[in-house]
Amino acid sequence: MNIHEYQGKEILRTYGVKVPNGYVAYTVDEAVEAAEKLGSSVTVVKAQIHAGGRGKAGGVKVAKNLDEVRTYANEILGKTLVTHQTGPEGKEVKRLLIEEGCDIKKEYYVGVVLDRATSRVVMMGSEEGGTEIEEVAAETPEKIFKEVIDPVVGLLPYQARRLAFNMNIPDELLNKAVKFMTGLYQAFVEKDCSIAEINPLVTTGDGEVLALDAKLNFDDNALYRQKDVIEYRDLDEEDEKEIEASKYDLSYVALDGNIGCMVNGAGLAMSTMDIIKHYGGEPANFLDVGGGATAEKVTEAFKIILSDKNVQGIFVNIFGGIMKCDVIAEGVVEATKQVGLNLPLVVRLEGTNVDLGKKILNESGLNIIPADSMADGAEKIVSLVKGA
Amino acid sequence: MSVYVNKDTKVIVQGITGGTARFHTKQMLEYGTKIVGGVTPKKGGTEVEGVPVFNTVQEAVDVTGATASVIYVPAPFAADAIVEAVDAELDLVICITEHIPVLDMVKVKRYMEGKKTRLIGPNCPGVISPDECKIGIMPGYIHTKGHIGVVSRSGTLTYEAVHQLSQAGYGQTTAVGIGGDPVNGTNFIDVLQAFNEDPETYAVVMIGEIGGTAEEEAAEWVKANMTKPVVGFIGGATAPPGKRMGHAGAIISGGKGTAEEKIRVMNECGIEVAETPAVIGETMIRVLQEKGLAEKCKTH
Repeated sequence: MNIHEYQGKEILRTYGVKVPNGYVAYTVDEAVEAAEKLGSSVTVVKAQIHAGGRGKAGGVKVAKNLDEVRTYANEILGKTLVTHQTGPEGKEVKRLLIEEGCDIKKEYYVGVVLDRATSRVVMMGSEEGGTEIEEVAAETPEKIFKEVIDPVVGLLPYQARRLAFNMNIPDELLNKAVKFMTGLYQAFVEKDCSIAEINPLVTTGDGEVLALDAKLNFDDNALYRQKDVIEYRDLDEEDEKEIEASKYDLSYVALDGNIGCMVNGAGLAMSTMDIIKHYGGEPANFLDVGGGATAEKVTEAFKIILSDKNVQGIFVNIFGGIMKCDVIAEGVVEATKQVGLNLPLVVRLEGTNVDLGKKILNESGLNIIPADSMADGAEKIVSLVKGA
Repeated sequence: MSVYVNKDTKVIVQGITGGTARFHTKQMLEYGTKIVGGVTPKKGGTEVEGVPVFNTVQEAVDVTGATASVIYVPAPFAADAIVEAVDAELDLVICITEHIPVLDMVKVKRYMEGKKTRLIGPNCPGVISPDECKIGIMPGYIHTKGHIGVVSRSGTLTYEAVHQLSQAGYGQTTAVGIGGDPVNGTNFIDVLQAFNEDPETYAVVMIGEIGGTAEEEAAEWVKANMTKPVVGFIGGATAPPGKRMGHAGAIISGGKGTAEEKIRVMNECGIEVAETPAVIGETMIRVLQEKGLAEKCKTH
């Protein structure tokens, strides 16, 4: 799960990580009010969307007085920002962060992530702040330093010091940098983050170490124990169909094509998209109904696929293991009865209780095209959709 | 021969009184797996499918002599269940449970350092040595005994590959699902090494997916060490970057973990990669024919 920058900063503040003073604003008036309260000589107006690259897209402006705050807030609120992370359709700005400006001396990068190779949490730091860390990694990998953290003892002070030295943070700010890094690591583990990225971390003219930006993502599997984090969820930032799917614990990702897919298992679901593409079609979605799906869940999955207006045909590809084929079959029959179906539907069933599943489909009287294999099914749905 | 599990493996089921565990305990027993006990706290003294239930793993091990465990307990309690099995000094622990918080697994892996237990999973279908022992959730009937080893990050894709091999007459020594999570107990290299040392395994199917670099590291290992042919497949070539595709570990981030890159490295390391999931079996058979191993591997 993603949250906004201002929310991430709220969390970081509670862990002793210094961030500039600021307030969230939903309207132009609120923005001006916030700037008045801050009373700083320079105020930054920042678009709050769940995507990076806001500055380049015109979503971050520096205002020198309240009039400018009003002008920029007016300009940015309601604007659709297109960045390299939003996709071509962009994202509409509905919230602003109004923040006091600061006297930046130098920009750095600090990030905490899971390192899959070592199965440990790693803190990365670089003196090349402000740019995409992927670019730094590609062009000057020697400027990225890593500290691998033992979960038993956490980030040790010497590790934070070593990282700060490697990043060339001035000695007089060392203690503040260590406190910053320690707080950041604490926030990461206590809030079950999947990413905690500060880009840039800045040192200021008045001798502070501040998080000028904050990107916090959370492990969806741990949200059950992070009730306060769930409160930060912003449904405006998510695809409607994905929200609906998450209510039923379905794993769904919307795509641009016209062939709806319903599959069990993430690997098979991805490969089903791949094979549709291989036969010249375009998948409309990734959908894994999971192992413990009930007929009701399958029905909901079907409805979500059909709510996508681009869908012109559906391919159900099931290899039952923990998932039983008869449960899928019942769900498909129930869903088609409830919503009606005017689109071609190809179903491939294999695995646990396959005979029972096929029997249910055959006896349903529905116009379902059976497939003998994954390839057969993909070929059939692609030609049916093209012929339509 | 087979790897990790065979006809003599004695298994306990952790979380045996849950619905999914009950269903699969029955299926495993019907397959012939030696399920000798189950564990659910406070349910000790009862029975599931004729199998005695214990309060703790240690008690179950002491009474039954089990050396392996399979875990079906819900995600919030799964990390604790793994550690309990490790402390009871089991040889093998297979964790089926999905959605375990990743930081729980970071701690579990740290705890397991220097311990004797091998963990497979979590978020995996389990391990099967056909006609001998099935531990997990895979449909038993698609498997046949033979000489192909299968290792995979995805459950259903494993079934797909096994089904194709069996239908074409090529049985398997063992199929191992290592799971779709970013932190897991056993990786591709561990399993490839086991297959390399197993005299009955003549060739290996390795199924990966987008996210991380485990496939690339495994491919380098194959190039340097493997004496048997390896055929691969990577799921997720059409997955968009930055989106988690079901499995916690299946995400392309910062341009890393793409199918394209994995396939490139695998090809470079001498691994033939199937173009679609529908031709994993065909690709294996073609490679076996080229190496003159087809006759030796054909089982039925």
